[in-house]
Formats: sequence, structure tokens, C-alpha cells
Amino acid sequence: MSAHASPIHHSEAPKGWIRHYIFSFDHKIIGTQYILLGLSAVTIGLILSLIFRTHLVWPDAHIWGFANGIVSPEDYLRLITMHGTLMVFFVLTTVPQSGFGNYFLPIQIGAPDMAFPTLNMLSFWTTLLALLVLLSSAFVPGGSAIGGWTAYAPLSAVGQIAGPGQGLGETLWVVSIALFCGGSLMSAINFLGTTIDLRTKGLSLMRMPLTVWGWFITACLALLAFGVLLAACILLLLDRLAQTSFFIPGNLDVSGVVLHHSGGSPLLWQHLFWFFGHPEVYIAILPAMGIISHVLSTFSRKPVFGYKAMVYSLTAIGFLSFAVWGHHMFISGMNPYSALAFSIITLVIGVPSAIKTFNWLGTLWGGKIHFTTAMLFAIGFVSLFVTGGLSGIFLAQPALDLYLHATYYVIGHFHLIMGVAAIFAMFAATYYWFPKMFGRMMNEGLGKLHFWITFIGVYCIFMPMHYLGYAGDARRYSSIESVNYMIPLHPVHFFITISAFVTAGAQLIFYFNFFWSMGHGKPAERNPWHATTLEWAVSTPVPHDNFAGDYPVIYRGPYEYSVPGAADDYIPQHLAPEQVAKAG
Amino acid sequence: MPPHVTVTDELEILGAHGGAKPPAGSGGGGGDDSRSSGSSGAFPQRIYVTGITIAMGAIFMFFMALVSAFIVRKGLGGDWFPFTMPRILWLDTAILLASSGTLIHARRLFKRGDRQGFRHWWAVTTLLGLLFLIGQLVAWRQMVAAGFYLASNASNSFFYVLTAAHGLHLLGGIAALLFVGWGRLRKMTLATGTEIVSYYWHFLDGLWVFLFLLLLLGR
Repeated sequence: MSAHASPIHHSEAPKGWIRHYIFSFDHKIIGTQYILLGLSAVTIGLILSLIFRTHLVWPDAHIWGFANGIVSPEDYLRLITMHGTLMVFFVLTTVPQSGFGNYFLPIQIGAPDMAFPTLNMLSFWTTLLALLVLLSSAFVPGGSAIGGWTAYAPLSAVGQIAGPGQGLGETLWVVSIALFCGGSLMSAINFLGTTIDLRTKGLSLMRMPLTVWGWFITACLALLAFGVLLAACILLLLDRLAQTSFFIPGNLDVSGVVLHHSGGSPLLWQHLFWFFGHPEVYIAILPAMGIISHVLSTFSRKPVFGYKAMVYSLTAIGFLSFAVWGHHMFISGMNPYSALAFSIITLVIGVPSAIKTFNWLGTLWGGKIHFTTAMLFAIGFVSLFVTGGLSGIFLAQPALDLYLHATYYVIGHFHLIMGVAAIFAMFAATYYWFPKMFGRMMNEGLGKLHFWITFIGVYCIFMPMHYLGYAGDARRYSSIESVNYMIPLHPVHFFITISAFVTAGAQLIFYFNFFWSMGHGKPAERNPWHATTLEWAVSTPVPHDNFAGDYPVIYRGPYEYSVPGAADDYIPQHLAPEQVAKAG
Repeated sequence: MPPHVTVTDELEILGAHGGAKPPAGSGGGGGDDSRSSGSSGAFPQRIYVTGITIAMGAIFMFFMALVSAFIVRKGLGGDWFPFTMPRILWLDTAILLASSGTLIHARRLFKRGDRQGFRHWWAVTTLLGLLFLIGQLVAWRQMVAAGFYLASNASNSFFYVLTAAHGLHLLGGIAALLFVGWGRLRKMTLATGTEIVSYYWHFLDGLWVFLFLLLLLGR
């Protein structure tokens, strides 16, 4: 063993601070880097949302950083574009998968590191570069893009003439997303290779923690989806920079100028974008589902109810996610027959989703529930998933979607099910794994305060949006004052903005708890939650190559809680049968 | 187990990972053991084969997106004007097909232990790859000379995009050929190196034949 105790790393940790913390090959450092990148992006995205919520309710409010202190309609579009791009790509796609996945997947499968550490480092630095390119667009002439996070053609393809920010700003947006695709593809190759080939002895597929399943299926989706977005971005860049006509129709009149393009199709962009875009939704939520199953089981002190059903439903959602992209395009004028097909397949996704929800409730049922902060966020996730999922069934009907699509109803729907639910999973993961990552406990009192304000707050923000949508309040409008029938909805917007400020304020509790606990939290023992999986078998802090050459052997499934006849209410996966203490 | 892998080698491969038997045996999710055909198994070589297989999946999806765009864009009709296929592409296709042949031969010699013959045919493959790329540049010159520019028509745009995307991937293949043939491999064995490069090369070869037919028949 000694000659090649650590097949992936050179056996010793790098000495210098820069090699250790900055240009690191260690999956744990890279995972932490991803988490901090996501934390920066979510902070910026949150502040942008507070600015546009403020503008909606107080249009004349002076806001620092804008011309004359006033948010212009173009600025409003800029704000929502950057909010969406930052949140979807650099938070929801990045943190649950590349952040927590990088940190814990190798440990949970008993591997010393990711399969390709250099590629892992490269994917992080590419993602960081993508973020910097995106942020830099705020400082170029015309400012950052105003085309929305979906960058619909042709206005994303024709350049400056489509408005300030559609010049260099939009070009930088496309370059940033293309880079992000590259980083995500490299990351997906690593996740798949690691899970397929580096599992330790005894860890069969059906013994993998559901977190690993979540990361694995997500990596499959990312591998197949991001290549398509990359191709679309390249075609869009050529339209913008080389005067090609992939997405720009002939004789297009923009602001009174007829453009010299011919025959391109804006719908082609929508198809390519949403072929990526719908799997992307599941790229954000599948790792979250894995994390939630993991946390619910630990704190219910019960095995996950229907483990195999969980795996199969996860896989089914992954497959189906590639066949429903058209439901984002019901209002594009598509053939009603294809809309019907997309609608039916979309409704079918409700089946595996319901299986998952049923099994989460089954896991909780009759359990000895420990209401830790992580557990509260996990239960909160289930609540949000149900609420957001139900409105999805409405939107899956083309006839209803025609009316609701361009309203706040859709905003309410996808924020609950994709945005906030995934964020709740990240919080659950943070509170759950913090002791392993930083060797200290987070403060539970502050954590519960953070949970309750956030949980009530997000419902106060996003539930009224469904009502706004029914009332016909159009999304993306920078001002509701200018449309007569929307003026009576003002009090609802006021309530939402106040709720947003309170909820955002509650996040300060989290920031404080997170950074303060790193240095001052109660020192954590090796396995503070009495959990069964491998990350709790290694010492804290986790050694450089995780197991110091002494790889564990797996004897059982991942969720052996409250096993009859055992002395403890949990049996770690790596404990040999003869070592398991019998109840006296 | 292939004949050139000794029992000791296999044990070393396993030993490299904490005495674990390959997960394929326990989980049914991995590949078969014969993939780890390394001659010194200090590092689990099969992850390279897995890695290149997965990467080819991503590259395939990238090209399928471009091909779908091609079909949809052409189907819109109206403004699609065919271009004259540069004749050198027939020769170029033959060159690339030949390079796959020389690569197969080089690997056969390598497995027989004929290192000199291996290097010889490996070099021939690399040169044929370079020749193919030069041919692609000539094809671009012929297109330009005939007045078919990138933005002239969507059919021309797709010609340039598809050939350039394929050419860049092939350039990566040439870099891999050079690195495996003459670079210093650290954790990867030469056997694995030749194996994964040949998978990638044949993949790009097949991809080119597909793209060539698409452009030829669909332009």
C-alpha cells in the first residue's frame, strides 16, 4: 500500500498557502471555493432584486449608482437580467452540485479525490472567469445586458441597436455563459468518472447515499445539456459579431432600421436554449433532492422510505427532463399538437415528483424527529416543493399557460420550486455539513431564527405573486403605475417588497452565524449527528487525501437507522458486522 | 482478462485503491476489467477510458445541437442557397480515413511489443492528421475564392461552423497524439494513452464522415 497509498494525489498536502488554498487540486478546497463563489453571486443577486423591488414600489426613490439616482426602464431590465443570470447559473447550478458535491462526493464513496483533480481545478477557474466576465459587463459602455437570462433572439442577436447593454454588454453575457458551459462540462466529466470508477469496496450502486445519486444524475444532465447551450452561444456570437443569420429573420425592422439579415429563426434559439434550459431546472433541484433525502433520514432516525423508488424516480425525472422543453414555449406560436405533447410529458413528471414527496413524508412518518436547523430547512424544502409543484401543474396546460405565462404567476412558481427550494437545500446542507467542513458547530438558536423568518418570508414574497398573475400583472414591467388595471395591485407589490427586505435582512443572521461559527463555534465531534455515511467516519478536519490510504469497506446501505437489535440507533456503513454492538 | 495483463498487474491496480475490487464487480455499474489494460497499474487506468467515453458523449451532444440547428434552419426554406463543395474535401476525407487505419496498425504493433514500428506508424497518423487540417484550410480558401463567405448564406455559415468546430477538436486530437507519442506521461500508462487517443481519433473520424455527408447532401 505504502508505495501508492494515494493514487490520485501525490501523497503529501502542498506546503505553500497559495498552492493549498488558491490553486488547489484538492476537491475539498475546490468545493469550498465553489461555495464561496456562489455566496458572492447570491449576495449580488439578492441586492439587485432588492433594488428592483424598491423601484417597483417607490419609482422615484433615489438609488446610488444610477444616472440621476433613478432606475430607468433599461436599468430595470438590466437588473432582472443580471439577477436571473447570477442566480440560475452561478448559484443554483454551482453550489449544490459543484460546491457540496465536490466536497462530499469523493468522501461519501470512499475515494481519495475526484478522478481528474487538474480538470477539477480548471473547471473552477473557468467558472470564476465566467463570473468575472459577466460582472465586468456592468462597467462597459452601455452597461450590462438587458435581454433577460434567456437572451431571446433576435434582440439578443442584433447588437447595440436593440438598446443600451445589447452591445458589448450582451456580447460579454454570451461569452460568460459559453465559458460557464465549458466549466460545467469539465465538472460533469469529473463527477461521472469519479462515481463510476472510484467507489470503494462494497459500495454497490444501490448502497450509494442518495446525495451521490443526486449528483450523479445531475452530472449526466449537465453533460448532455451544456454542450447544446455552448453550441447555441457560439451561433449567437456569430450572429452578433460576424453578421451571420442563424437567429435573425430577414428584413427585421429594429427601431426604424431595417437590418441586412435573411431568413434566420428566433424560434431556433428558443428551442436550443430550452433544450438546455429545462434539464437546467433539474440540474438545480436534483442535488437538492439528494441532500434533502439524506438530511430527513438522519434526523428522523429512520431509513429513507423506499430507497429504490427514490433512485428510480430520480432517474425518471432525469430522462423526462429532456422531453419537456417545449412547455417554456407555449406562447411562441408553436403547433398546438406539439404543445399538447409537451404538456402531457410535463404532467407525467408529476408522477416521479409525487413519488419523491410521498417517500419524504414516509421517511418522516413515525420517526423520532430531531428538529435541528438542518432538519427544519429540509422540511421547509418539502413544503416549498409541494407548493411550487402544484402551480406547475397549472402552467403545464397550454390553455392556462397562454394567459399566465408572461405574468407574475410564473415568477411565483419557479421561485418557489427552483429558486427557494434549492436555496433551502443549500441551507440544510450548510447547517448539516458545517461541522465536518470547519470542525465547529453553527449556532442552533440563530439557525432556527434564520429558518423561521426565511420560511415565512419567502411565502410572503412568492405566494401573492400567484394572485398578481391571476389578476394579469405582467412581469418584466419596470413600472406598474403606467398601466391602469395594474394600479389597484400596488398594495400587493408593497407587501412583497417589505417581505423581501425582511427576508433579506434575516440572511444577515446566516452570514453572521456562518463566519462567526468558523472561528468561535462549539468544537464539533467527528460524528455530531450520529449519521451513517462515510463523511462522518473520517476525522475532522478531513485529511488531505480523505482516508490517509486506509480505505473503508462498505457492508450495508446508507440509511441504517433504528435497526432492531442494535445498541445504537445508527449503524455506520463501514462498520463490519461483528463490530456492531448488540442491544443488551 | 487480456493476455498482456498479468495477475500481478491486476493486483497492483486493485491495491492502488485500498485493496478494493473494481466497483464493477460489486455494483454492476462500472465497466469490465479488461479495460484497465495498463502494464504498470499504480494508478487505476480505467478512469481515463471512462473519462474519454464521457467526454465524447458531451462532444457528440455539442455537434448534434449544431446539426439540429442546420436541419431546422434549412427547413425554414426561402433563403437557403447551396454552395459548391470544395473538391479537396474528398481527398481530405480519404486522408482522415487512412489515418484511422494507420492508427489501428500502430496500436497493433504496440500490443506486439514493437515499439519502433509503433512510433513510426504513430508519427504517420499524426502527419496525416496535420495534412487533413491543412486540407481543411485549403477548402476554406476555395470557398472564399468562389465567393462563399461566412455570412453570405446560412448554408455557408454552417459549412464554416461545422468544419471549424470539428477541426478544433481534431487539433486537440493531434495534440493528444503528440503528447502520448513523445511527451512524458505521469500517471497514465502508454497502453492507456494509446487506447484513449485511438478512441477519440476514430470518433472524430466517424464524426467527420457524418458531417461531410450532411454538408454534401444537405447543402
